[in-house]
Amino acid sequence: MEVDLTRIKPYGDTLNDGLMQLSFTLPIDLGDEAAEAARQLVGKMGFDEPKVVFSQSLGKGFSFYIVYGRCRETIDITTIRVEKVNVNVLSKKEIEDFIKQSLGRSINVIGACIESDAHTVGIDAIMNMKGYNGHKGLESYKGINALNLGAQVTCEELAARAMEIKADAVLISQVVTQKDIHIANLTRLIEILEAEGVRDKLITVVGGPRIDHALAQELGYDAGFGPGTYAEHVASYLVHEIHNRQRR
Amino acid sequence: MSKLGIDPVKVHRARLAAERIANDIQLHIDRRTTTAVERATLRLMGIDGATEVGIPLPNVVVDQVLQDGRLGMGIAFWLANAVIYYQVSPQEAAEQVALGKIELTRVPIQDEGALREEIQKLAQYGLDKICAKKQERDEYIKKLGQGAEPLLYVIVATGNIFEDVKQAQSAVRQGADVVAVIRTTGQSLLDYVPYGATTEGFGGTYATQENFRIMRKGLDEVGEEVGKYIRLTNYCSGLCMPEIAAMGAMERLDFMLNDSMYGVIFRDINMQRTFVDQYFSRMINGFAGIIINTGEDNYLTTADAFAAAHTVTASQFINEQLALKCGLTEEQVALGHAFEINPELENSFVYELAQAALARELFPKSPLKYMPPTKYMTGNIFKGHVQNCLFNMASIMSGQSIHLLGMLTEAIHTPHIADRYLALENAKLVFNAMRGFAEEITFKTDGIIQKRANKVLNDAVIFLEEVADMGLMEAISKGMFADIARSPKGGKGLDGVIFKEPDYYNPFVDAMLGRR
Repeated sequence: MEVDLTRIKPYGDTLNDGLMQLSFTLPIDLGDEAAEAARQLVGKMGFDEPKVVFSQSLGKGFSFYIVYGRCRETIDITTIRVEKVNVNVLSKKEIEDFIKQSLGRSINVIGACIESDAHTVGIDAIMNMKGYNGHKGLESYKGINALNLGAQVTCEELAARAMEIKADAVLISQVVTQKDIHIANLTRLIEILEAEGVRDKLITVVGGPRIDHALAQELGYDAGFGPGTYAEHVASYLVHEIHNRQRR
Repeated sequence: MSKLGIDPVKVHRARLAAERIANDIQLHIDRRTTTAVERATLRLMGIDGATEVGIPLPNVVVDQVLQDGRLGMGIAFWLANAVIYYQVSPQEAAEQVALGKIELTRVPIQDEGALREEIQKLAQYGLDKICAKKQERDEYIKKLGQGAEPLLYVIVATGNIFEDVKQAQSAVRQGADVVAVIRTTGQSLLDYVPYGATTEGFGGTYATQENFRIMRKGLDEVGEEVGKYIRLTNYCSGLCMPEIAAMGAMERLDFMLNDSMYGVIFRDINMQRTFVDQYFSRMINGFAGIIINTGEDNYLTTADAFAAAHTVTASQFINEQLALKCGLTEEQVALGHAFEINPELENSFVYELAQAALARELFPKSPLKYMPPTKYMTGNIFKGHVQNCLFNMASIMSGQSIHLLGMLTEAIHTPHIADRYLALENAKLVFNAMRGFAEEITFKTDGIIQKRANKVLNDAVIFLEEVADMGLMEAISKGMFADIARSPKGGKGLDGVIFKEPDYYNPFVDAMLGRR
C-alpha cells in the first residue's frame, strides 16, 4: 500500500494503524477509577482503543500514566507551507570567501541574552570561538567581528552598544520561556530599536530552543533559528542578507 | 590505595599552588567590606522587614551610613551606638532610620566599653538562633536518619513557592533526599533580597526568608512521613551572597550553592565584590553546619568538557583552599563537577569515569556534588534517559556523594512532576543494581582511565602554578576560566565595596571562626 500524502496518520507497525504513545500525570491518587479516567481522557482526545499500559502513583495526589491509542485524525501534507529562513548554507571557508569577495568589508555582529535571561548556552554556541559540537563560532570567522555581551543585558544597553560598534546584525538568544517571558523581552527590544530609529539599519535575529522563524517574524525580527542551528547557518543568512541589502 | 595511580607529589603541588592563590586573595578580603556583608550583619542582629515601597530595612540602614561615608567602621558600630543612645531595639532603630528620624552617623558616640558590650549582645541574637537551628537539624537526623549516598538531589522550579512545595513533597515520596528551590532568573543581580512569600518568577522563584521557611516546613512534614531527614538547598550567590547565607542559616537550610568565582565569571559581578562576599557568606555557612556546593560544572557549559577538564580540577583546589579559610571543614565543601563530555565522542563514558574517579581521589573527604548532562541534551527524551543512565552509572562507580538527577526533558522545559519520578526511578534502579560495583573494580595500569586522570591532574598543576604566579584576579582577567574574561574594575557591584577603617569591627567574624 502506498502512503496517501493527503491523509497522513501515525505509523506503529502497519501503515495507517495510527498508533501513538502518550504519557502524562493526573492530579489525583492512583486507583482503578483514576486509570479509567486516564483511558477515557485519551479516548476523548480522538484516539480509538486507548490502553493504559503503565500506571504509577507519584505519592499523595498525583498519578502517572503511559497510554497507547489509535489516532483517528489525518493530515493533508500537500497543503502545508512552513515559514523558514530561506538560505543556502555555506561552509565556514565559503562564508569567509563570500565576505571577502562579495561584501568587500568585514561585518560587525553583536549578540546577547537580553533582560532576565541568564542562560548563555545558545549565544555562546553560535558566537564564541569554540562554537558547539565541532562547529566553530562566529568569533573564529575571518571577516566577522563578533561581540558577545553575555547574560542579562538590558535592551537599552544592547541598543547603545550596537550603535557604538556600528553593528550590521544583532543576535538575541532567549532560552527561558516560562510564562512567555521571551515574548515580552523580544518585543521590548524591537520597540527600543524602533524608538532609537535604528531598527531598519540592523538585521535582527533571534534564536533559542523554543524559537522558530514564524514566531521571529511575528515579533518583528528578520529571522529566527531553532534547535540544531550552528554558527554557519546564522552566518550564511547574515552574509546573504547584507549582500542583498547592499544591492538594493 | 590509588586506583588511578596518581602521583602524590603532584597532588601536593596542586594544593600548595591553590593555597598561594587563596592567601593572595585573602589579603584583598581582609582590607575590605561590602554593603552586602554589612546588610547580612544587620540581618543576623534581627533586622528584617521592608518599607512601604518594598525596600528591605537592611538596605535602608546600610545605605544611609554608606552615603555618609562611614560604612568603613562597620554597621554594627553605628547600630549599637543608636541602640544605646535611644534605648530602642535594633528593629526599632532600623524603622526610625527608614522614617528619617535617626541619622546613624550623627548620633553622639557612646562609651567604647558600652559599645563593645552592646555589639556582642546584638550579635548574640543571630549566633543563638543559628546554634538552635543546628541543634534542631542534629535532632532531626538522629530521629529520622538520612538517605544513603549518593544522595538523590532534585530541583523544583515552578516559580510559585506553594506549587514548589507540592512538587518537592511528591519527589520526596518517590525517593528524593535533597530538594533545591531554583531562584528566578535575574535574582543574582538584585542588590537586595525581596521580602515575603513569592508566587512569581521565571525558571524559579525568589529566594526570600519567608520562602525558605515555607519550604523548610514542607520538607520537614514529608520527611516525617517517609522517615528520613530531607535536605533543603538554595542559592547563596549573586550580589546578596552574605545575606542569603544569614537567612539560610537562620531557617535551617542544609546545602547552599556557594561558589567563589561563579558570579564573577557567569553573572559578570565585580570580582573585588564577590571575593569579599564569598568569604563572609562561607563563614556563616561554615558556622551553621551548612554544606556548600561549588559550581565547577558551569565551566563546562561554556568551555569544552574534554579539553577544559583540568580547569575544573584546578578550580576545585582553589574553592577548597578559599573555603578552608572561612572555617569550613573539608566535609562541608561539596566540590562540583559534571558529566558534560560530548556523548558522541568515542569512549566519552570512559573519560567521564576517569574525571569522576579523579575528583574522588583528590578530595577524599569532600561530599562531591555531581551534575548531570545538560549541554548535549537534545529534546530527544529517550536518548536523554540513556545519557542520564550513563551518568548514574559513572556516579555509583566512582563513589559520588551528592547526585543531582538528570531530567530526560532537559533542554525542553523546567521539570514536570513525572520527569522527576522517571529520573528518581532511573537512579534508584542503577544505584541498587550496581551498589557494590565500585569495590569490585580496579583500573588497568596505564589504561585509558589512568592515563586520562594523570593528564588532567598534570595539566591542573601547571595551570594552578601559572595562576598562582600571576594572581587569581589577573588570571580571570585573561579568560583562563571557562573562556570568559572579566576585569577587576568591571561588572556589577564594585560601588558596594568599601575599605575598612582602622577601627572596623564585625562581631561575627571572631565568633564564627572561634577566635574568641
